[in-house]
Amino acid sequence: MILIKDAYVIDPAQPYEGPAELLIEQGRIRQFAPKGRLRRPPKAQVVEAQGLWVLPGLIDMHTHLREPGFEHKETIKTGTLAALRGGFTTVCAMANTNPVNDNAGITEFILRKAQAEGHAKVLPVGAISKGQKGQELAEMALMKDAGCVAFSDDGHPVQSALLMRRALEYAAGLDTLVITHAEDPALSEGGVMNEGLLALRMGLRGIPAQAEAVAVFRDLALAALTGGRLHVAHVSTAEAVNLIRQGKDRGLRISAETCPHYFSLTEEAVEGYNTNAKVNPPLRTEKDLQAIREALRDGTLDVIATDHAPHAPEEKAQQFDQAPSGASGLETALALSFALVREEVLTPMQMVEKFTTNPARVLGIEPPALREGAEANLVIFDPERAWTVNPREFLSKGKNTPFEGKELQGQVVATVFRGDLRKWL
Amino acid sequence: MLRSKDLLGIKELRKEEILLLLNTARAFKEVLQRDIKKVPTLRGRTVVNLFFEPSTRTRTSFELAAKRLSTDVINFSAPTSSLVKGESLLDTALTVQALGADIVVIRHGSAGVPHMLARVLRASVINAGDGTNEHPTQALLDAFTILQHKKAIEGLKVAIVGDVLHSRVAKSNIYCLGKLGAQVRLIGPATLVLKAFEALGTEVFYSMEEGLRGVDVVMTLRLQLERQGRGYFPSTEEYFQKWGLTRERLSLASPEVLVMHPGPMNRGIEIASEVADGPESVILEQVTNGLAVRMAVMYHLEEMKKA
Amino acid sequence: MAKKLLDAQDIDRALTRMGHEIIEKNKGPEGLCLVGIQRGGVHLARRLAQKIGRTEGTEIPVGSLDITFYRDDLRIRRQPQVRETHLPFDVNDKKVVLVDDVFFTGRSIRAAIDAIMDVGRPALVQLAVLVDRGHRELPIRADYVGKNIPTSRAERVEVQLREEGYEEDAVLLLSPQEAQRDASE
Repeated sequence: MILIKDAYVIDPAQPYEGPAELLIEQGRIRQFAPKGRLRRPPKAQVVEAQGLWVLPGLIDMHTHLREPGFEHKETIKTGTLAALRGGFTTVCAMANTNPVNDNAGITEFILRKAQAEGHAKVLPVGAISKGQKGQELAEMALMKDAGCVAFSDDGHPVQSALLMRRALEYAAGLDTLVITHAEDPALSEGGVMNEGLLALRMGLRGIPAQAEAVAVFRDLALAALTGGRLHVAHVSTAEAVNLIRQGKDRGLRISAETCPHYFSLTEEAVEGYNTNAKVNPPLRTEKDLQAIREALRDGTLDVIATDHAPHAPEEKAQQFDQAPSGASGLETALALSFALVREEVLTPMQMVEKFTTNPARVLGIEPPALREGAEANLVIFDPERAWTVNPREFLSKGKNTPFEGKELQGQVVATVFRGDLRKWL
Repeated sequence: MLRSKDLLGIKELRKEEILLLLNTARAFKEVLQRDIKKVPTLRGRTVVNLFFEPSTRTRTSFELAAKRLSTDVINFSAPTSSLVKGESLLDTALTVQALGADIVVIRHGSAGVPHMLARVLRASVINAGDGTNEHPTQALLDAFTILQHKKAIEGLKVAIVGDVLHSRVAKSNIYCLGKLGAQVRLIGPATLVLKAFEALGTEVFYSMEEGLRGVDVVMTLRLQLERQGRGYFPSTEEYFQKWGLTRERLSLASPEVLVMHPGPMNRGIEIASEVADGPESVILEQVTNGLAVRMAVMYHLEEMKKA
Repeated sequence: MAKKLLDAQDIDRALTRMGHEIIEKNKGPEGLCLVGIQRGGVHLARRLAQKIGRTEGTEIPVGSLDITFYRDDLRIRRQPQVRETHLPFDVNDKKVVLVDDVFFTGRSIRAAIDAIMDVGRPALVQLAVLVDRGHRELPIRADYVGKNIPTSRAERVEVQLREEGYEEDAVLLLSPQEAQRDASE
């Protein structure tokens, strides 16, 4: 039994924002007392939460757990532990493993492994095409039955418009979600950072913003054609934001996410050939960063996801154009997003929505909530606590972060998953 | 004195540092004209040439420059090195340092590799060409060659012709000539000479006839023939017709124009033979001057590491 | 305040005498050439050549030598800007007189001899200096000396010449404090 006292609760599912106390028993929220006081049961562990925020457990719609196949980068065990450390109690595991999660057998393996070793709930995302090769549709229906919540060839853009059309049509029939990694591979070919003056000065090949815009435009058109549910992953550019906003105005069934690095950093972070700032899509310009913040504010971007992409140190130690793309993101996402609250881009409630109710709505799953009877998944967050990002302290195997040494404010103090309390500080 | 133990690019240099190197290069050029073309300046030091891209010219130039300074030189080239056995770039560089290298000259197909190694090595790193980023000693030797013929670089009109986009030589020259006060023009097809280069202080021309008018120096770049297949230009025939440096076009330039080329040349593609071999050409001088400039770079890098 | 060791007239007299000694010792101007060590020695070599030329009625060839590339202290002290080496004659079988302003440890002269030897094989090499301040670290001596001046190691001898933009020629002795202040500027 755990009693959380004197908390400040932000729960978009109810919705409720204000002081409250919670009693957790047998993995569930037994009592929720808004503005009230709960009597302390004799055997309860008491968590003094004065000055702390309590939020429903966060959902990360975009996580690379790397298992099976790339266990040197991350495993289901380490990845879910890092998730928990970052306040996430649910993660969507992307399909670009080895073998690719393109059939129910792999999906079942991931779920079994998560059940046995995981520290958070794992929702697998299946591949759109067999082997993510962009040729033939993967067995989406069987994978859905096995537990996949969405389908994506993330990491490998679907090059063929025809295959994307079929995927959206087929998914519409299954009432499931297609997540597009929006990148025109011909336009981005060989590119390793944002196209522009800085790339020119660094002698690196650029990826134009239009590589994203062209793909977003195509997939929005195909969503309109097929009626499929489309979610745009890791939006990085102002152009893509504008297209998504227009698509929503036209009433398309679309949603979109961005990641903390796209609203926290610009391309300048790669200066000095810093491979930890090499991500795909690449970090963009100040103009893009501002557009993304505005789109989060006005709701064009529904979700903040991490695109947690851990890599081994020796992989990131390669030359810039050879080093793999991606940043370890689970353990910095909430603090980076909280900066948007401090800068009054988002209200606290809006920020929490982007991590809880919105991804749940997009995925079509039950939203996490702090109401009585719900599974006890929650985060205790200290909005006053300042800390310095030190990747050596990450629980993820991936120490690759562009935020190393950065001062952040707001830290996850403890996470409760299915009633188990983990204190971090 | 130089400010950094490494020469990573012209971008990182100040004008005074460029002038210092050019001045010292003049003294080394005198040495190279003697019967005994060697000085004891860096006796006991070790220079390692770490070349991950084949380049006999540049490697030989660095090797000879190092030998003229009485250093011991080791050549480490990719096909014979342990890199093929899967050793990482950093491990190779650290091994080279453990052998006692004072200066590591590196050429690599990826931009930023010299920067990466410079951060972990105590030895000086000289960038001998990194991807499409920079080739600083080439720009220094080009500036030196110009100065052997012109009183100053300030105010000169210099045209760089060809595949600027993929040319580290062009990039380094844009920075170097810009810092020394020249007016740099870039000429070539719009796919290879992006308008964006104007932000680096250059003027962009798509026509030779317009761009060459009145220039004091023409630098022709080597056209990488494989670009044709990548759709940057339709054919070498069309390229030569529109952007090849011919005698007729050269007559639009200043009467005292210098013609330069970093080599190796594609005769009949970017430059006509009669121009390459003509009286305006200083192409072979560039090669000689490369030695003097590279000696100056090594000398000043060692000098700045004084106790 | 720096102490003046030699004034313009003293310097001129010393150079005149050295010129005579050079001619006397070499039995005339034949095969003689003067090589000034950058940078003070170059001006003194020119002046000496003029004086000898005037008395002997012939032109004495003068060259300049930069010894930076031959120094043994690359890693120890800041190196001056490299200056021109210009020897407008063939040194082979010549009587080469090296000219320097201040003779101190002898290391510069060692470097200069090495530099000359790389250019050719002179018949002989001699050394003329305006000031010999002692403290030799190598077995080298001067053949012609303008003035012997005992100094302490920490002091500095500064030769100011009109060719370098000074109003008048002078040789100054700087105290250790002055020398240090001067060096840090």
